[in-house]
Amino acid sequence: MTGDVRPDGPAVSRRVGAGWRALRRRLPQRRRWRDHLFTVGWLVAVWSLLWGEFTWGNLLGGAVVAVVILVFLPLPRVTFGGRLRPLALAEFVGRFVAELVVASVHVGWVAVRPGRSRLRNAIIAVRLRVRTDLNLALTAEVLSLVPGTLIVEADRAAGTLYVHVLDVRGAEDLTRSRDRVLALEARLVRSVGSDAELRMVSAPTTTTTTEPGGSP
Amino acid sequence: MTGGDVLDVLVGVCLVLGGLLSLVAGIGLVRFPDVLSRTHAATKPQVLGVLLILLALAVSMRNGADLATLVLIGGFQLGTAPLAAQMIGRAAYRTGRVHQESLVVDELAEHKAGADRPD
Repeated sequence: MTGDVRPDGPAVSRRVGAGWRALRRRLPQRRRWRDHLFTVGWLVAVWSLLWGEFTWGNLLGGAVVAVVILVFLPLPRVTFGGRLRPLALAEFVGRFVAELVVASVHVGWVAVRPGRSRLRNAIIAVRLRVRTDLNLALTAEVLSLVPGTLIVEADRAAGTLYVHVLDVRGAEDLTRSRDRVLALEARLVRSVGSDAELRMVSAPTTTTTTEPGGSP
Repeated sequence: MTGGDVLDVLVGVCLVLGGLLSLVAGIGLVRFPDVLSRTHAATKPQVLGVLLILLALAVSMRNGADLATLVLIGGFQLGTAPLAAQMIGRAAYRTGRVHQESLVVDELAEHKAGADRPD
């Protein structure tokens, strides 16, 4: 499947390494430091929360652990190119909680409803409009929790998510699920995306008509 | 009724609702036909159930350090449940453990068929 990194041998890893070095050279030094500082701050906060109190000892211990993690367990860099919009983020969180309740009650009802009525499901392809790794990952993460959906596969190169929908009763349920996924993406981009990404999701939905598979 | 009583009632309601949601998630695990449907039960009602129980604990304990730990537990629950669900769902689909009769549309299969054709 596209998007997988296969350990095909030293040649590939050398190529990937060269790619990373090239990418690193292009990224401004200042931004890299900002990313590192952000990660260290987050790790120190988690460390202190795990111990249950903010003391100088905990802050120092957390900083040591954070540096050790950053040095010995480096992850591919995901640079945050957008900006935080608090109002949109509040709307996102509110909708998330509401949708989590609706989805939980729905799945719960499907689980306990009497009779051996047959359960009908579907797997649909939804092509996202913003195809950055960060957006793909965040959308996929939230999608498995909220609008009654579950990610089965992600095609990173095409920016397409394959989504399992529970309890489908007709074609309009599929259309609704597709719209909900795109609405979720739009809310996410409105909260943390960059201005260019924001224009991509608020533009008239011309790209969504080119979805693979189309409607049934 | 004093403020404390109101909070106690809130704690009770949250605990019972959280417990019910976890029960329903368990029933879903038993009754649903395949891995993908069962994963739905293991994510949504289950996560909301845990969050409600954490909320009840936070309201009844009301102290900073415990609250921080509860927030951390809730955050990790929200962060890890979808990831685990996705890995399980992906593995289930790739190994063919999907109840085909209950799928009305499978655009992933269509996509894979389309991708295989040029070979």
